[in-house]
Amino acid sequence: MILDGKCPKGPIQTSWDRHRFDLKLVNPANKRKYKVLVVGTGLAGGAAAASLGELGYNVEAFCYQDSARRAHSIAAQGGINAAKNYPNDGDSIYRLFYDTIKGGDFRAREADVWRLAQVSNNIIDQCVAQGVPFARDYAGYLDNRSFGGAQVSRTFYARGQTGQQLLLGAYSALSRQVKAGTVKLFARTEMLDLVVVDGEAKGITVRDLITGEIRTHVGDAVVLATGGYVNVFYLSTNAMGCSVTANWRAHKKGAFFANPCYTQIHPTCIPQSGDHQSKLTLMSESLRNDGRCWAPKKKGDNRHPNDIPEEERDYYLERKYPSFGNLAPRDIASRAAKEQCDDGRGVGPGGRGVNLDFSAAIKRVGEHTIRERYGNLFEMYEKITDENAYKQPMRMYPAPHYSMGGLWVDYNCESNVPGLFVLGEANFSVHGANRLGASALMQGLADGYFVIPYTIANYLAKTKPGTVSADHPECKKSVEDVKAYNNRLLNINGKKTVSEFHRELGKIMWENVGMARSEESLKDAIKRIPVLREEFWNNVKVTGKGEELNQQLENAGRVADFLEFGELMAKDALHRNESCGGHFRVEHQMPDGEAKRDDENYCYVGAWEFKGVDKEPELHKEPLTFENVHLAVRSYK
Amino acid sequence: MNLTLHVWRQSGPKAPGKLEQYEAKNVSPDQSFLEMLDEVNEHLIKEGKDPIAFDHDCREGICGMCSQVINGVPHGGQERTTVCQLHMRRFNDGDTIYIEPWRALAFPVQKDLIVDRNALEKIMQAGGYTSCHTGGVADGNAILVPKQDADYAMDAAECIGCGACVAACPNGSAMLYTSAKVAQLAALPQGQAEAAERVCAMTEAMQEAGFGNCSNHYECMAACPKGINVKFIAKLNREYQKALFK
Repeated sequence: MILDGKCPKGPIQTSWDRHRFDLKLVNPANKRKYKVLVVGTGLAGGAAAASLGELGYNVEAFCYQDSARRAHSIAAQGGINAAKNYPNDGDSIYRLFYDTIKGGDFRAREADVWRLAQVSNNIIDQCVAQGVPFARDYAGYLDNRSFGGAQVSRTFYARGQTGQQLLLGAYSALSRQVKAGTVKLFARTEMLDLVVVDGEAKGITVRDLITGEIRTHVGDAVVLATGGYVNVFYLSTNAMGCSVTANWRAHKKGAFFANPCYTQIHPTCIPQSGDHQSKLTLMSESLRNDGRCWAPKKKGDNRHPNDIPEEERDYYLERKYPSFGNLAPRDIASRAAKEQCDDGRGVGPGGRGVNLDFSAAIKRVGEHTIRERYGNLFEMYEKITDENAYKQPMRMYPAPHYSMGGLWVDYNCESNVPGLFVLGEANFSVHGANRLGASALMQGLADGYFVIPYTIANYLAKTKPGTVSADHPECKKSVEDVKAYNNRLLNINGKKTVSEFHRELGKIMWENVGMARSEESLKDAIKRIPVLREEFWNNVKVTGKGEELNQQLENAGRVADFLEFGELMAKDALHRNESCGGHFRVEHQMPDGEAKRDDENYCYVGAWEFKGVDKEPELHKEPLTFENVHLAVRSYK
Repeated sequence: MNLTLHVWRQSGPKAPGKLEQYEAKNVSPDQSFLEMLDEVNEHLIKEGKDPIAFDHDCREGICGMCSQVINGVPHGGQERTTVCQLHMRRFNDGDTIYIEPWRALAFPVQKDLIVDRNALEKIMQAGGYTSCHTGGVADGNAILVPKQDADYAMDAAECIGCGACVAACPNGSAMLYTSAKVAQLAALPQGQAEAAERVCAMTEAMQEAGFGNCSNHYECMAACPKGINVKFIAKLNREYQKALFK
C-alpha cells in the first residue's frame, strides 16, 4: 500500500493557509456536543487540551503523573526555535524550513516542516502572552542564542529551563480550562488500550494508578501526545515513566508505526558512572555555544585535563567541521565523540567521555557571565559527578534522547485510523532522521496550539457526536482484555524483576541498535529479543495486586511493550539499507566516515502494520518528494 | 557502604502506617538516593515482599515528582537539591536514615512515601494564569519587559511544585508555592489586568484546600530545591493588600 500524506499541492509558501481555509469548521454551538480525549499533558497534549477546551469542545485529558505540570517536556533545557529574525542575522521562515529539512537528512515531509516553521513565530507570541518569562535584553526586547545545525540565532530561552517554562505556560492555560469546566483532568491515569469501533478511534481504556480500576472513556476523537520511546534503551535521558505503551497499544489496534529506527543520541550527556545507574542526564546543547569539545591527541592520556597542553588537544569538531564547529548537529557530534572514545582517546572512567571545556570562554567573558548563562547546568553537573566544571572541563558522552519515529500521521496529524490524532514526539512527522536542537519544544507547541485545533474540526464536522457509549461491546471487550493482560503479568510469579529484564533489553538495544548498526548486529538483536520476551512472560516477578497502587505492575506493562517494540525497531533499522541522520549503518558510509544516504531506494517513510506479536509486520511506504529543498549531500564542513 | 533505613510504610490513605527497618548493603557513593532505594526494592521483590512505593520521574531535579522527608528534612537537606539529585556520597558508612512522606493536612498519604498533592492543582486552577486566547495575540516584542522584571519573574517561575515548602512548614502553609506564581505574573505587564482577581482567588483556594498560614519560619525557603525566596511571600501579601483596597 502506498500511503497518502495528504499534503497540499501548489506553492509551499501558501500551503498551510490554503489548507486551513479548505478544512471544514464546526459551528460554535455544536462544538460542545463533541468530546475529545487527549492522552498526555506535555507541550503537545497540554496545549491541545487547553486550546480545544477553549474552543468549546468537551475535553478529557489524561496523564500518568500526579500533575499535568510534570510531563517530561519540563526537562528540555535549551530553548525553542522561531524564525522571527529579531537579531537581524538573516533568518526567515524559509531558512528555518531549509535548516530543518537538511538537518533531518531529507527524511521529513516538506509541507509539514514548512508549517512548523511558519507557526513557530505564533508560538513565541502565544507564550509571551501567557507570561512565560523569556530572557530579555536591557531594552526589554526578547533575547536569542544559537543552537546546533543553524548559523543564525533563532533560539528563544528562559534561562536553562525553557521546557519547564513553556510547559508551565501550557499548564496554566490548561488549569484555566479546568476551572472553566471545559477540560476534565485525569491525573495518575495510564492509557492501556485504544477502542476502535467500525474502524474509527472512539475511546481509550485506562488504569487508575491509585485504585487500579480499569475503565473505558469514550469520545468522538482521540488525541495521543504521549512522547517518545527511547527508554527502550533502558538508560536514556527520558523520565522513568516515559514509555511506548500508549503508542504501541494503538499500533496493535491498527495504527501504523513509522520510522521506529530513527532515534536521536544526544552528544552532551553526563557519562554513565556504574551499573547501578537508572538514567542518564542531559546537559543542554546550548553549552556548546561556549564550551569547546576536545579529546587528548595521545591514546590513553590519563593526565588531568588541565595538565594537557594546548598542542596536545584535538578540538575534533572545530577541526572536522570548521563552519559549524562545536555547533555541528547532534547526530554528527555524537558520532564524532564516539569515534574519539573508540579510538582509545576517551577521558574519565572506562574512557567513555570527551571534554567540554569552558576555560577559553571564561577567559573571554568571565566566569560571572558563564555562570549567568548556564549556572544551573553547572550545579547539576557537580551534584552528579562531584566535579566543578568552572575549574576543569565537563566530561560528556552521547546518550539516547529523543525519538524521531512514531505513529504515522498525515498532514492533518491524523493516523491511518480515522479519529486517532497523534501530536508531538509521539508522531513521526517533522524531524526526519535527525532532530535539530530547540525543535522539539517547537513541534509540541505547534501541533498542540496551532495545528490540531484546525485539523480535528475537519474530522469532527463529518462525524456524528456521541455515537459510542461505555457499554458498547468493543469497550467491554477492551476492559476485559486489559484486565486479562494485567492478571497474566501478576500471575507469572517468576524469579527476575521487571528492571532486570529492562536492563537486559536495553543492553541488546544499545549494543546492536544504538549509535551504529550493522546487518550483523541487527540480526543478532532480532534473534535475541524474542528469546528475552519469552523468558519475561515465563519468569518475571510482579508483586502485589491489580486493584491497588502497584508500581511494579505499571512498569511490567511498559517493559512488556518495549520487548515487542524493540524488535520492530531493529527490523526497521535492518530494512533501511542506508545511513541517514540518527540511523547509522556501518556498511553505508562515505570514505571520511559521514553517513551515506540512498535516495534512489530509501527516500520514503517506512510505516509498519502490526500483524501479531510473533508475526512479520507489513511495511507500507510513503514516498517523499523534495520540490523546494533539493536532495543534496548534507555537509556541515 | 552499608546503611540502615527506617522507611514509612502505609498500605493506603486510611490504613495505619509505621516505620519499618531495612538494610541497604554495598551502596556506591555515586548512586543517587533513589537508585539506592531501587536496589533495596529489587531485594524486597525477590523476597516476595511489597517494594517501597515512592514518587519519582525525571530524575533530573526538574519535574518535582520526588517527595521524601529524609532524616526529618524534605529532599534530604542538601541545599537546592531534590531527592533524585541527592547522592549517596553525602552519607557515611554505617549511617541510619529515616525516610518519611511529605506530611501536611492537605496532602493525604496514598501509599508509603506517595502523597496526594492535588491541593496544589486547585490553587493553580483558581487563577494561576493569564486569560489569553490561543492565537490572535500581539507580537512578542510588542510587550516590552525590562530585563530586571523578566529576571525577577524568572526567579519566581523556577518553582517546580514539589510541595517541599508545605512539608517543611510547621503550619503546612503553601504560601511560598502560591507566592511564586502570583509574583511571576504580577511582575509582568501581561499579568496586570487580572492581578487583583488572581491574588484573591489563589489565596482563597489555598485556605479552602486546608493549608495553614505563614508565620515567618522561613523553613520553606530552606527546603526549596530551587531556592525560591521568601521575598515572594512578601510580594504575595502586598499584592493581596493592594487587591483588598482596590
